[in-house]
Amino acid sequence: MSPVFIILALLTSLSALAAVSLRNLVHCALALTITFAGLAALYLQLHAQFVGFAQILVYIGAVAILIVFAILLTRGAEPAGVSLFSKSWYLGAGVAAVVFAVLAGVVLSSKALSPQVPPLAEISVHQIGDQLMTRYVLPLEVLGLLLTAALIGAVIIAMNEGPKRKKEIPGADRLSASATNGDGQAHEAALRGLAVDAGLPGSAGTASPEREVHPGEVAT
Amino acid sequence: MNPLQGYLLLSALLFGIGLAGALTRRNAIIVLIGIELMLNAANLNFIAFWRYSPNPQASAGIIFVLFSIGVAAAEAAVGLALIIAIYRHFKTSDVSQVNTMRG
Amino acid sequence: MIETVDQIFVIIKRWLVAFAPQASQPFVSALISVAAIFAVFPSLFALTTILERKGLGRIQNRLGPNRVGPWGLLQPLADGLKALTKEDVIPSVADRVVHFAAPLVLVVPVFLALAVLPMGRNMEGIDLDAGVLFFFAVGAATELSVFMAGWSSRNKYSLLGAMRAIAQMISYEVPLILSAVTVIMAVGSLSLVKIVEAQSGYWAGLPQWYVLTPWGFAAFVLFMISAAAESNRSPFDLPEGESEIIAGYYIEYSGFKFALFFLGEYVGMFAISGLGITLFLGGWHAPLAFLDWVPSYAWFFGKLLALICLFIWVRGTLPRLRMDQLMNFAWKFMLPMALINILVAGLWRFMPVGWERWLACGALVVGPYLLLAKALLDNNHIGRRVYRYAD
Repeated sequence: MSPVFIILALLTSLSALAAVSLRNLVHCALALTITFAGLAALYLQLHAQFVGFAQILVYIGAVAILIVFAILLTRGAEPAGVSLFSKSWYLGAGVAAVVFAVLAGVVLSSKALSPQVPPLAEISVHQIGDQLMTRYVLPLEVLGLLLTAALIGAVIIAMNEGPKRKKEIPGADRLSASATNGDGQAHEAALRGLAVDAGLPGSAGTASPEREVHPGEVAT
Repeated sequence: MNPLQGYLLLSALLFGIGLAGALTRRNAIIVLIGIELMLNAANLNFIAFWRYSPNPQASAGIIFVLFSIGVAAAEAAVGLALIIAIYRHFKTSDVSQVNTMRG
Repeated sequence: MIETVDQIFVIIKRWLVAFAPQASQPFVSALISVAAIFAVFPSLFALTTILERKGLGRIQNRLGPNRVGPWGLLQPLADGLKALTKEDVIPSVADRVVHFAAPLVLVVPVFLALAVLPMGRNMEGIDLDAGVLFFFAVGAATELSVFMAGWSSRNKYSLLGAMRAIAQMISYEVPLILSAVTVIMAVGSLSLVKIVEAQSGYWAGLPQWYVLTPWGFAAFVLFMISAAAESNRSPFDLPEGESEIIAGYYIEYSGFKFALFFLGEYVGMFAISGLGITLFLGGWHAPLAFLDWVPSYAWFFGKLLALICLFIWVRGTLPRLRMDQLMNFAWKFMLPMALINILVAGLWRFMPVGWERWLACGALVVGPYLLLAKALLDNNHIGRRVYRYAD
């Protein structure tokens, strides 16, 4: 087993361990990025260049950034006293250990894995493209459809619904707010609605996203 | 131990780490990180078998991994959008507190 | 004789490699290429800083720096000394490891990207089969450094600048890659050396560069705009504009780390300009057939300098774009144009050579451009432009 493989394997597994066990979420995401980079290096070591570069482009260039954005948008990091792991963590760890033991046992004891190394065959990008367009064209189109659906779906799920206060009459707002007996949130939202309708500067930025801000009007 | 076994053991280790993370951590984003680790471990498995198989001209291994990377990216996007939506509603991303449908 | 001058660096490298033992010769050869890149591009960076400051100064009707050395030409030396000797201030609440690693994560991929560019005949660092994919992959890896810099500084403005910068970079990556796809389609290969070779040859005295085709010109314009946005250069420098958000995501960096960010940004600009030259401007080929005797690397670096001057010119001329204008421009204008351009490139390839091809493809590029521009500008209620002169 070559030293390069051992170094890369150590790097990848240690950063994967860090990615699931650190307290600070952003550190977990960065450790995951190092794991992806280690895996890309392993793919290059296995002479699969296209997959290695695609791994860097997609995982490090997009998925890691997605995870980081999600961490920042859900700023509910655990306070220091709370435990990181769920109450029955030993069950989960046990299941994972059993799965690993089974897989490792199968790999080490299998007689189907022959020790001789087959000759290297370079698959060129041309061949991959050819295969994608002839033999695997249906999965390719389905993947395109899946990515489109995921794109639209993710945008719709994560879209900010916004306070639906576009066409409220300011007077009715104030009345309803006082009628709810000082419900702080409704009152504050009503005040905000008032401020937006009055066109006060600085408050237009908090308005619902449907309202257009024309350049000639209130400066945002 | 031949190189193929080394890669397969590493892949099994990554899968185990990802599974442990997904099953034991409370934060939903770490669960998603665990899932991504498991997908990556499977990809490594495919590429190792492609390289050390007796017929490396067949590019099925590489094509499968390319599709797997694409699907994983789509799934990460939707999963994170769901986590953001859940956070907006429950004000927490702790999976043990998103339990209003229990019982 | 001409060929010797053209290949002089390759000959020197082969001569140096011959001194090494046989087994380590590929390694030594790669090491020499790396050393050459590290010698050339930082000096080009130093040249560009002085060029930019003098150029911007002249555009703004003032002299640039002119104290250090004749016409201020030794200014980069003074800048370098300043950057090296300034105190490295790190906020006490900053995340030290991430704060330290962020400039490295920027500089390393940017120099990696320079390895695949063919800078002359037989003068690329390495000829990868998937060269364009490698370039875009390491380009995408630089975005993480922006986030690391912004987040580790524990500073609201820093984080805001980082978020804006990342949103801008991922938005403009799509038109960038799509406009490169048209060239890949025309050549049929991802290897940069083959792309340059496909643009050799002259037809009636004019070079067969892709920029001189309708789809290639549109793709080149889209590519250059996206390249400016990717490098956070004006008019897309909202995340780092000094009058907007102080210095955006590198507020809390001083001294050598700031210099590293600066270096990374400029070398990133060189790398992406180099890719633009390789894809659209014919790489190291001469523009006219009888100018063949000028060495190939001279043409590459000449074109690179021309593109750098273009970037500096645009920076001095256009005002900064606002964040929502920037995002609208990327998703509503550039992405549809890039997609239509791919169609046009395909049409160009399958139509027979002649004036019908030019007419059809030209119409299909100009038509959607006018329609999209009209549709998008109609919603903006832009008033008439008013000029006021100082009395």
